[in-house]
Amino acid sequence: MTRYVVGRVLQAAVVLWAAYTLTFAILYLLPSDPMQLQLAAAGVQEDSLTPEQLAGMKAAFGLDRSVGAQYWHHLTGVLHGDFGISLTTRQPVTDLIGARIGPTLQLSAAAAVTALLFGSVLAYLATFVRLGPLRVLLTRLPAVGASFPQFFIALFLIQFFSFQLGWFPATGTEGIAALVMPVLTIAVLASSVLAQVLIKSFDETLRQPYIVTARAKGLSRSAVHLKHALRNAALPAMTLLGVIIGTAVTSSIVTETVFTREGVGRLAQEAVLSQDVPVVLAVVTLAATVFVLVNLIVDLLYPLLDPRITAGEGTLL
Amino acid sequence: MTLVSITGLDVGYLRRRQVHPAVTGLDLNVAPGEVVAIVGESGSGKTTTANALIGLLPAGGRITAGSAIIDGVETAGAGERTLRRLRGSVVGLIPQDPMVGLNPTQRVGHQVAEAVTLRGVAKPAAYAEAITFLEQAGVPDPELRARQYPHELSGGLRQRALIAIALAGRPKLIIADEPTSALDVTVQKRILDHLGGLVRDRGIALLIITHDLAVAADRADRVVVMRHGRKVEEGDPRAILRDPAQAYTRTLIAAAPRLAHGGRVVPRFDVRDQPQPAPILTLTGVGKTFGTFRALDDVSVTVPRGRTHALVGESGCGKTTTLRIALGLESATSGSVVLDGTETADLSWRAFRPLRRKAQLVHQDPFATLDPKFTVGQSITEPLQSFRVGTRRSRQARARELLDQVALPVSYLDRLPSELSGGQRQRVAIARALALEPDLIMLDEPVSALDVLVQEQILGLLADLQRDLGLSYLFVSHDLAVVASLAHTVSVMNGGRVVEDGPVATVFTNPASEYTRELIDAIPGRRADAL
Repeated sequence: MTRYVVGRVLQAAVVLWAAYTLTFAILYLLPSDPMQLQLAAAGVQEDSLTPEQLAGMKAAFGLDRSVGAQYWHHLTGVLHGDFGISLTTRQPVTDLIGARIGPTLQLSAAAAVTALLFGSVLAYLATFVRLGPLRVLLTRLPAVGASFPQFFIALFLIQFFSFQLGWFPATGTEGIAALVMPVLTIAVLASSVLAQVLIKSFDETLRQPYIVTARAKGLSRSAVHLKHALRNAALPAMTLLGVIIGTAVTSSIVTETVFTREGVGRLAQEAVLSQDVPVVLAVVTLAATVFVLVNLIVDLLYPLLDPRITAGEGTLL
Repeated sequence: MTLVSITGLDVGYLRRRQVHPAVTGLDLNVAPGEVVAIVGESGSGKTTTANALIGLLPAGGRITAGSAIIDGVETAGAGERTLRRLRGSVVGLIPQDPMVGLNPTQRVGHQVAEAVTLRGVAKPAAYAEAITFLEQAGVPDPELRARQYPHELSGGLRQRALIAIALAGRPKLIIADEPTSALDVTVQKRILDHLGGLVRDRGIALLIITHDLAVAADRADRVVVMRHGRKVEEGDPRAILRDPAQAYTRTLIAAAPRLAHGGRVVPRFDVRDQPQPAPILTLTGVGKTFGTFRALDDVSVTVPRGRTHALVGESGCGKTTTLRIALGLESATSGSVVLDGTETADLSWRAFRPLRRKAQLVHQDPFATLDPKFTVGQSITEPLQSFRVGTRRSRQARARELLDQVALPVSYLDRLPSELSGGQRQRVAIARALALEPDLIMLDEPVSALDVLVQEQILGLLADLQRDLGLSYLFVSHDLAVVASLAHTVSVMNGGRVVEDGPVATVFTNPASEYTRELIDAIPGRRADAL
């Protein structure tokens, strides 16, 4: 068990490092000059500076060093929680993200929980309901939900619930009411994907011979579903948990833009537009960390839910 | 007063808005405490009958006519609520495959206790009672086993746990659907003996569903033979064995080696007085360890050219490992393997490849061994393609020739495995193994997943092919009845060692070891002895 945990944690660390390095490489190989970007952001003509001034500025930002040295400098900085200075605002990147992370965390967490709830309930109903037409409807619903682009869902929600009914504000970051529509926007897609996998898994599980054994005992239908099918059916869908939460985080870029929420997603969108390399790097690393952590948690939860996972040790045949 | 009273029962499956009959006009009674066996091949309607009794027909299945009264309750047309009251407490079920019959994410004891609580027993008491049931079902160390998960138990123990579940509802009837066909013969015998004793002591009626008339005849008070959904014959097993009324019953008797020869096991080939041909495969002093586990210890096996050598033993005896080493799929830790004059024990995968044309494999499970997306023609010609033999056209011609050799119509070339029966699939697998004209074919339990009648046909085909093509077989099986009808020589294996070897005729008539005697004794059909 200890070996399993240590192994998974090490794997997660390696994945995270690889994600960071890859992002660094891509961003620094871009054909733009970070110095020029900065000058443009500050509204200074490059011609108006003497070569000595330019060199001084480069040295101040560490841009005169080799790529390897810059990478090492950044990596050690990141390990100490320092993501460098934003090229456009000249504020520490850590402060920028710190100021924006609250709303994004709220949004992502609420969206992930909602998606889990909607997806599971829908899948359960679709397999438990016996009325033919209703069953068909419930089974097809996820495919419909998964086919709508998120910006379309967002615009539809704004049009209907804000402009026509006036129930929720169309923009803003404050309060629960402002959270409802962005959460729904993300949850529709994520819960649809989850429900699709769960329904398939449920159908598969209900055809297993041990379900016949359970029914032959005289258990009621709901007892068979809840006590014997649910846990076995949920196992394959567990892997999706990482994807769902990941989707919730990455979807925040589109969602925060549409609903003008002051979050990390919007920060990322602005940073990409102005090619603010340190900020983009930090946001990507942050997203990768969330992905890796969620998947790590899923991996560590697996043996608790499926006794066969650690079967390598102590098998008695 | 009968416990089960079935009259004029019709059961059908609804497919594409048409009812396909599975059981037609069945009459069957079971008295309390009686042991009745339904015998028939796949598709005979025997399992459908059992499922209908307990109200567990698969989706689309329904009772279309007649009545099935169990313990005074009509089940034809009954609702879920009525059927639920019967399940567990009146009718217990022991399902077919113990490997998949238990919930993999629940502890064994909990699964037995669940059946006890349905009788209204409170949870702590139910758990204690569950352990008693496990003990009664013959599970050693029941407290430990109850705490374990199904994957930690062997197939035999899982089957015993399933028996405990069936007992836990205190039923009046237990339906055992091919209860042990997935298990080794010796385990099968022990479990069926034990189950027989349990129901006798408790006065529980037992309905055994099986494809093997020998199994049925050994244990039942009454045998019912079914075919194509109808009852063919019914009566006392001794009377049926002595004087079968129907031709179909006679073919079933002929297919069971022990029944066919009045209780004796008579090998098909007797090579006691013949000189042994030169070997095509020789394993000498082969050892294999996995970590600290010794899978094989000083195993020596010889397959004479043009003959069949059988490796016999129970699960875990090392017979499959020996086969894998002979095929070069696994490397031996020590010893030598000589295939057709070439030492292969130390060959790399690449160096072994040309030799693969000489030795081919037919696998145990015909349902898993064919790629479901390949047509029969694609499966058969794949080995030719991979060794770049012939042109596209000549390969097609070869495929037709091969289908002819395994007695399948040429029109099957474009079929998919899902359109074939188990026996037909195994014929395709044999045709594929023959494609490269090998000298040696390794047969890994080639008939253990098939009905006795189909087994008989496939074994006949293998014997014909050997005679016509001069093939040599290395044949792995846990079933001595099958070995008797195919092999010339045999090695009996136990715990990774060869305990006895020689001509089948010698080993079977005069076994030198206690273990071999036990295996022979486990071949069903003992009742025929008394005739």
